[in-house]
Amino acid sequence: MATAEVSPASTGTKKTFKVKRYIPSENPKKTFFTEERGLWAWLTTVDHKKIGLMYLGSVTFFFLLGGILALLLRTELLTPAQTFIEADTYNQFFTLHGAIMVFFVLVPSIPAALGNFVLPMQLGAKDVAFPRLNLASLYIYIIGAIFTFIALASNGLDTGWTFYTPYSTESTSSVIWVTMGVFILGFSSILTGTNFIATIHKLRAPGITWSKLPLNIWALYATSIMQVLATPVLAITLLLLTMERFLGVGIFDPSLGGDPVLYQHFFWFYSHPAVYIMIVPGFGIISEVITTFSKKHIFGYWAIALSSLAIAFIGFLVWGHHMFTSGQSAVATTVFSFLTFLVGIPTGIKILNWVATLYKGSIEMKTPMVYVFVFLFLFSIGGFTGIMLGALSADIHLHDTYYVVAHFHYVMMGGTLIALLAGLHYWWPKMTGKMYNEFQAKIGAALIFIGFNMTFLPQFIMGSQGMPRRYYNYIDQFTIFHQTSTIGSYILGVGFLLIAYYLAKSLMSGERAGSNPWGSRGLEWQSTSPPDLHNFDHTPVVINGPYDYHKPMEEFQLGLANAHDEKH
Amino acid sequence: MANHSTSHPTHVQHHFVDSDQQFDTAKLGMWVFLVNEILFFGGLFCAYIVYRAWYPELFQMAALELNTFWGAVNTVVLIGSSLTVAMAIRSAQKNQMKGLKINLLITIALAVVFMVIKGFEYAHKFELGIFPGDFYTYEGLDHPQANVFFGIYYMLTGVHALHVLIGIGLIFWIYLRARKGEFSSEYYTPVEITGLYWHLVDLIWIFLFPLLYLIE
Repeated sequence: MATAEVSPASTGTKKTFKVKRYIPSENPKKTFFTEERGLWAWLTTVDHKKIGLMYLGSVTFFFLLGGILALLLRTELLTPAQTFIEADTYNQFFTLHGAIMVFFVLVPSIPAALGNFVLPMQLGAKDVAFPRLNLASLYIYIIGAIFTFIALASNGLDTGWTFYTPYSTESTSSVIWVTMGVFILGFSSILTGTNFIATIHKLRAPGITWSKLPLNIWALYATSIMQVLATPVLAITLLLLTMERFLGVGIFDPSLGGDPVLYQHFFWFYSHPAVYIMIVPGFGIISEVITTFSKKHIFGYWAIALSSLAIAFIGFLVWGHHMFTSGQSAVATTVFSFLTFLVGIPTGIKILNWVATLYKGSIEMKTPMVYVFVFLFLFSIGGFTGIMLGALSADIHLHDTYYVVAHFHYVMMGGTLIALLAGLHYWWPKMTGKMYNEFQAKIGAALIFIGFNMTFLPQFIMGSQGMPRRYYNYIDQFTIFHQTSTIGSYILGVGFLLIAYYLAKSLMSGERAGSNPWGSRGLEWQSTSPPDLHNFDHTPVVINGPYDYHKPMEEFQLGLANAHDEKH
Repeated sequence: MANHSTSHPTHVQHHFVDSDQQFDTAKLGMWVFLVNEILFFGGLFCAYIVYRAWYPELFQMAALELNTFWGAVNTVVLIGSSLTVAMAIRSAQKNQMKGLKINLLITIALAVVFMVIKGFEYAHKFELGIFPGDFYTYEGLDHPQANVFFGIYYMLTGVHALHVLIGIGLIFWIYLRARKGEFSSEYYTPVEITGLYWHLVDLIWIFLFPLLYLIE
């Protein structure tokens, strides 16, 4: 029994608590799996862990769907002329691949799936601030998905995932169903963001001050702010687009006095911050994993924490770089180009701080750490090519070519998705209580790394030589690049299948994972694996930072000693 | 924590330490949601600014078609309802349950008055043939893009009216809960945050009225 002087989040004033050490059980009798059982209990649960896992399942399903579409697209591109699908079908496939991967996979993937599971645990809270709203956000996501399926089953969609006017107001495909689906989906994103902001502000365990927040929380905080500020603009844009189709309101239609470029401004005012909504949570995961497997304090805690907020801020000022060739004024393009370069600064700060964290660390090359290295490599390429696209003169040449396609796949897939895989492998033992096969996991990571580069590196080359994106046919000189790319995508597909295989197998016959298999100092690891329904069977008290690896483990397992004596 | 929840008052959810924490959290959540609402309307206001800059003379002409008198009445009605919802919260804080219920009912009544007046305004426009976009047939305005103003008018007032309707639903729900005796000076969080929402609905109208009706 000891005492600790810390400040609870609700009051902010320092208070002395009686604390004692709670060592998590290595073989828990009660877990959130066993405490509420049955399908109905899952569907009506307000437990953030179950909701997170249901999100993970939904996101995986959509990733499979979007991935199959991608493989079909790549197969079609094996030959310069038609290979096996019609040109119209091809248009629908690339539109749906983009829309599904952006709105149904990347945006909700890290915050709503992994974030939901981990965020309250890292804060030492029993749940998110508004648990019922959290469940509602999942159902809203599913309703949005149903709308999209109705579109798939009826006329499909051929506008590209950006729904640019005027084509989107004229196309005979099911634009309304998909835009309404995405509109509804937006509410799910807003609710998650609102929930996280309130949780981070108000539900931190005693002792977790802003300077002791895990960097994953900082990243999710920046993401939530962007979700709350940007998503409503997408909502009103899609509502206007729908009204344009129903009533011909004319706001985006030049024949009625409107302006189609205004649509692009509105759309990218959301969708550029949305790029950071997708990548910033990935940054959070990298910070967690890299410290755990270097057994070392993060280098530049505040630099990494605040650079997330800086990215969130600058991210709102760069949307115009999507319209360099849309007839924007020369002054505006110059300003947007300059602001775009600015985003490189906080991002570069992060990369350099992560690399500096490795220095003199005791590095353990477990699978999550392997993914961190894959991330650093691929994301840096994605980032640097982004700077080239932000440069005005280069962009006029590269606009709408495969160079852009390769760039955003390096950022979104090489960044967000690889970070998601790092996080999934990192928290898998915590979520399921089971350990996957380490050797197979490393093979999987290698396949993904090789397959990814083989798919997208050739696209940089052919893009810079003038191969336009979204084209169904191409001239013979690009054949070798397209074929390499397609073979790469198959390797990538095999890699993902392998991951699905060994993760599923670990659920059946995996070894039991201990409460803290990686020896992390993070609060979420100081509970059982899997945790019980309320995450901890005590109120955690935090006296150290989350990356204080130089301090002994017992200082990280403290909790209120006698809850009854405390005033509630 | 199991031993924690046993001493909780019934209105405090299991994951909060105490009533104050729950109240603060709910209030913060609502403020965040209101920021999101402002951005939602912000898109429309942005469209308004763009087209007003493009067609300044159209906006002046078209504003004359709107009925300033009834717009002003509606402004007074909504500001009045903001006052009564604030008085409802005050009643809850002072544990005056009768005052709470009466003020909620007056707020609902004023909101309905607003919607009825709005309905008459719309009906009058439709009679003249002032429909949104493609369906616009009115010939009293000598401007080729006259429909643009009314496209924005219908979007802004329509989305706002939708918020009023949702507000009526919410306040009615709060009233039903007040009738069941769920609130007291100890616990009135839903009254407070619904009030916050209602003030925003009011505030947006205060911007819409001069922007649409009072253009000189």
